[in-house]
Order: sequence, then C-alpha cells, then structure tokens
Amino acid sequence: MTDAQPLLPHRHLLGIRDLSPFDIALLLDRADAAVAISRRNEKKTSTLRGRTQINLFYEASTRTQSSFELAGKRLGADVMNMSVASSSVKKGETLIDTAITLNAMRPDILIIRHASAGAAALLAQKVGCSVVNAGDGAHEHPTQALLDALTIRRAKGRLAGLTVAICGDILHSRVARSNILLLNAMGAFVRVAAPSTLLPSGIERMSVEVCPTMRDALRGADVVMMLRLQRERMAGAFVPSTREYFRYYGLDAEKLKEAKEDALVMHPGPMNRGVEIASGIADGPQSVIQEQVEMGVAVRMAVMEALLDPRRNPEGAAA
Amino acid sequence: MSTTVFTNARIVDPSRNLDEIGSVVVQDGRIAAAGASALNQGTPGGAEVVDCTGMAITPGLVDARVFVGEPGAEHRETIASASRAAVAGGVTSFIMMPDTDPVIDDIALVEFVLRTARETAAVNVYPAAAITKALEGREMTEFGLLREAGAVAFTDGRRSIASSLVMRRALTYARDFGAVVAHETLDADLAAGGVMNEGLFASWLGLPGIPREAELIPLERDLSLARLTGSRYHAAKISTALSAAAVARAKSGGADVTAGVSINNLSLNENDIGEYRTFFRLSPPLRSEEDRLAMVEALRDGTIDLIVSSHDPQDVDTKRLPFADAADGAIGLETLLAAALRLHHNGDVPLMRLIEALSTAPAKRFGLPGGTLRPGAPADLAVVDLDEPWIVREDEILSRSKNTCFEGARLQGRVKRTLVAGRTVFQA
Repeated sequence: MTDAQPLLPHRHLLGIRDLSPFDIALLLDRADAAVAISRRNEKKTSTLRGRTQINLFYEASTRTQSSFELAGKRLGADVMNMSVASSSVKKGETLIDTAITLNAMRPDILIIRHASAGAAALLAQKVGCSVVNAGDGAHEHPTQALLDALTIRRAKGRLAGLTVAICGDILHSRVARSNILLLNAMGAFVRVAAPSTLLPSGIERMSVEVCPTMRDALRGADVVMMLRLQRERMAGAFVPSTREYFRYYGLDAEKLKEAKEDALVMHPGPMNRGVEIASGIADGPQSVIQEQVEMGVAVRMAVMEALLDPRRNPEGAAA
Repeated sequence: MSTTVFTNARIVDPSRNLDEIGSVVVQDGRIAAAGASALNQGTPGGAEVVDCTGMAITPGLVDARVFVGEPGAEHRETIASASRAAVAGGVTSFIMMPDTDPVIDDIALVEFVLRTARETAAVNVYPAAAITKALEGREMTEFGLLREAGAVAFTDGRRSIASSLVMRRALTYARDFGAVVAHETLDADLAAGGVMNEGLFASWLGLPGIPREAELIPLERDLSLARLTGSRYHAAKISTALSAAAVARAKSGGADVTAGVSINNLSLNENDIGEYRTFFRLSPPLRSEEDRLAMVEALRDGTIDLIVSSHDPQDVDTKRLPFADAADGAIGLETLLAAALRLHHNGDVPLMRLIEALSTAPAKRFGLPGGTLRPGAPADLAVVDLDEPWIVREDEILSRSKNTCFEGARLQGRVKRTLVAGRTVFQA
C-alpha cells in the first residue's frame, strides 16, 4: 500500500453537495460498467465479498431499498435489512442509540432513509463505517440524482448544455434538490415549474430558472423530470384538487409537445398516474422511467464500491 | 458593620450615566457610594480594600428570561445550578420562566420557587407566572394573588397565545395590577412546524422555515391591544427588522411597550446552524445577517430595551436528535456578558448602552431592586475585566446542561468577581 489514492475523497455519500464534478463523472463512469454486470447471466461479483451492508429504512420504500439490496448482493456483500417496524426503533430508541448499536456489529456500510433532514449526517458522525444517504427528509437523495444523470447521459451522450425541466412538488422534494445540485455541477441548465405553494423560499437563488407555467419550462427542453405529489398535499393544503393540479402541472401529450421531440420523460417513482403524469406518457416512447430503475442498481453498485475502496480502509487498519 | 471598598475601578453605572474611574463602597450589603468621589470622606475605618486597577465595576446583570428545569426537569438545570452559572456570568438577578412541570400558574409554585431560591441559590431569583393556566392559552391565572406571592411578571414562556381575545383580556386584567405582560410571539399555524429561519439556507437544508411574519403578525396584534388597553406590554424576544420597526412605531405612538432580544439573535445568524447543529436550534430562530444587524441597531437606538440570555438548558435527550426533531434553546447565563461585549469591542454599541440593556433597563421594567450602583441600592455588582480573552470550553461550563452556542468561541471580557447583596458569590 504505497501512495495509492482511494477512488473518492469521501467516506460517506451524504449529498451531491459534497461531490465535485470529477467525483460525479467517476461515479457515472463506474456505474456504466456496473450496468454491464447486471445484464449478464452471472450477476454476482466478489468486489465486496465479506463486507456487511445494513439497510436502515425509517420510511418504507420498496424501490430504493430493494435497489440497494440488489446492488450490495451483486457486489458480493452480505446485506441485512433492518426492519424499522419490528425493531427497537418502534420502542422509542433514538436514531443515535440505534446507530451506536448497529455500529457495534461492525458493518462496513450503512444505508439510511429517514424522514428528518440531516439524519444521515447525524448518523455519519456517530458510526465508524461508511454511510449512504438514501433520502433524508426534504434534504437530499444523492443516488437518485446520480441514477437520473446516468440515465440522461446514456440517452443523450452528455449532461453539459442540456436543458432539464423539473416539475412538481419542489418544496418537499429531496430528489429535486439533489438533481438541481448535480445538474448545475455538470453544466446542464435547470428550469423548475410548480404551483408557487410548492416552491421553496429562495428558489430563485438556487441556480435555476423559475418558469411561470409548465409550458414555459418545457419549451425546447431535452429532459422533463416529473416529481411525485404526496397524496396528503393534494386536497386543499398546497393545491386545491388533483384535477386542477393535473390541468396545470400534470404532464400530458399536449404539454409535452413543447419539449424537444426526443425529450426524455423521467419520474423517480412511485407515480400517481393522472395526477402528475398521464398514463400514456408514462408508458410512452419518450419515457425512460424503467431505465431509471435499472440505472438505480448500477449507480448504487458504483457508489458502494467506491466508498468501500480497500485503499481507504486497508485490511488491518482500524475502522 | 462590614465595609468593603473596591478602588481604582472603571465604574459603569447606566442608572446615573456614570462612567469614571473611582471606587465603590459596600456597606452592610448595600452600596454606600460609587464613583470618582466615593472616597472623598476618606476610606472608612476597618474597611477591606480591594484594588480593582484595570477592572470595570458594573451593576450585576439582570436577566429577564431564564428557563430552569426545577421543578420537573432537574436533570437539565436546578435553581441552584442555574444560580452557579449566573454568578459566573456576572448575573445577580434573573426572572425565571414558568415553563416548569408543574407550570408556575399557582401561588404554591411561586412560593416553591422563592423558597428553593432562598435555600439554594446565591442570586435573586424572581419567578414569572403564567398568563394562562398550564400555558394552554385559554384561562387566565390569578394575577393578583400571584403578584402578591412574588411573581414579578406574566408570560406564557416559550408558548405564544393564539387567541386575540385571551390576549386582550389578559392585558386588560393585568392593568389593574400594574403587571407587565411579556410575550414571545409566534403564530404557530403560520410557522407550520418550521424549525429555522425561512429562506434559501433552510430550503437547501430541506428544513421547514419559520417566516418572519410568524413573529410579526401576533406582535402587531399585541401592540395594537396594548394601545387599546393601555396596558404594560413587553415583547420578550424579537428577532427581525420588521418586528423592531413595529415596536418603534408602537413606542412613538405612546404605548407602554418595551422589547427584549436574545443575546443569540445579537451574536449569531442562521448560517451558524451549518450542518444541522441542533444547539443552534432556537426560538425565535437565528435569522439572516441583515436581521442580526437590525437587532444591533435597534439595541443601539433604544428600540430594543433589554438583552436576555434566554438561558434554556436542554440535555442529550432533547438535542441529540435530527434537527427537525430536536428541542429549541441554548444556555447562556455564563456567556451573556462576554458575548454582549463583542458589540462593545467592535464598536457597534457603546458600553454604557450595553450595560444598561443588561442591568438597569430590565430591573426598571420589571420593578426589581438591582441594576444600579446608586447609594442605598443592594450591592449587586460585577467586577469585570473588559478585555480578558478566553475560550468557552464545554468542560468548564457550570450549568448542568452543556447546550451552548458558544462552545469554542473566543470571547473578550470576563467576570472576575460577583457580589449579591454585598456578599462575594463568585470569584475567578
């Protein structure tokens, strides 16, 4: 072990904000390679053989949790899913106490999803292993932004110079925040469109173009990213009704015409068909929603592999 | 008859607008003389003489907003431990908030606090009683009986009264007893579960924000009601330029209104939260730098009358949590003076005005003895090295809770000795 540098200058992945454009490009390149692995018959590698991955999901998320689980297994890691519903967490144990307990089992990597912004950062301060933020409140969801970027890059060949319209509930969306950061870092132009009740304070200073209508946002766009609108926010609190929301901010064929002919349609899932996106569009030729899911596994393989690079923690070194 | 003479000190007494080198003569627990001419009759025979060359002597600080965990949360702070923290910070009197368990909404609780303070505390502890029973914002407490028992003010502590009608009646009824109603204004509905200042920084952190208007709207309501009722109203902790402007308007309209500001909103801004540091989760929240500067200006020009520590001990059970789930509050008794002196050292606020806001003004507003070095007043005073640099260290904090916003901070100005009623209760 001479002066070999680890792949990433980070032990954790807590947010896109911590990544340089070089880090992002490296992760995307390695995720490209991981796509090939997932398409083979023999999908299992030994990169992380003997390593332990714990998935700690405080919010139910079938999609993200199974994506991380598959990614770990394809890298040869032992994966444990902590089910919050049946654990001591339900008995009032604090996040930090849970973290300290899990840490004593000496995992190599913890994947956390939590309803509170900053939960992943808090956990990272208290454990000796790597931490991946799988979504913390309305803060960040870095692997989602990476998988979106990978999907775009594979379809368009680049990120720089593209115009990406992000539409919907920006206010509550960690996906939007991570994507705004990543796309700006990689030289794309970001537009947002949403009812003003669903835009965060200060949005005009987030390096995005705030568009007055969805059509304005879509005009000439290369990519249309739709966001999920939580059910409890539909009926009067932030928007008066789903039908009014769909009328002005739902992605239908009419509005999509504004975008470039070959514009990609994306959605982080799970979708509310007929609320933020018309079914025909979600299943249509421009939709890359299924690809996003596939890229999710690849990106998570790349992230975990990079964070657990043996050059960071050589055998024998204290964790 | 015991006499102590503090000589060669810089005497700063805002109650007499006095700032001169001189002596303070303390006799039987009271100030006998203070100033350049204090020893005109010669040093009293048999007096203990303490040379204070290079030191300043100010009235002991009067902190109008201190949360204590006794009764109910003694693991966070007792009256005795708060008192130890207070004297180390030069605080000789504080008003204790009614947010205890049980709530100070009954004369038995007022008596408990006064008795416990008498038996365990070195400083003057003045209980404030709740405006409404159990701080629920509905039914008034017994203002008259509570006041007779020793409550010096009425406040619902951390809680803000939502009902305009309850507020109007409380102000009206309090007027009959000449009591000051102190209120932290927050429209909880508008704040909508917010945990820090609303704005770009909160948006990037993904934390729900508290708009400035959540403080302003109920404040303007209160100021209107204070004018309507002719009552004595104190805006306990304002944090925004908008609020300061509202207070200034009410004052110029002749209402009997005063305002306080937390030392935290004078010293820090929202950026100090950094990566979700829960010790900086406060109520009112740390605002923008523009708001902080507006607080400094409002203090300087007298719109803001007094500075409070808003000392609020929280333990790991309420602070070692994700930011949105943590409790508000920070301790502050020990760092109040030194943090305020930053404004003196960097030329923002004159020393006299600072000491006034920390002692004379709160004593006057709430009718408390201290806050002055006038002959005949109780000898509550602080001997301060205004220039001594020091660094706040967690292991040196005397408060039972360690949730300070100033850990590791470099401060200038340190209390060397604190006297309460002529007795030295702290010496560095």
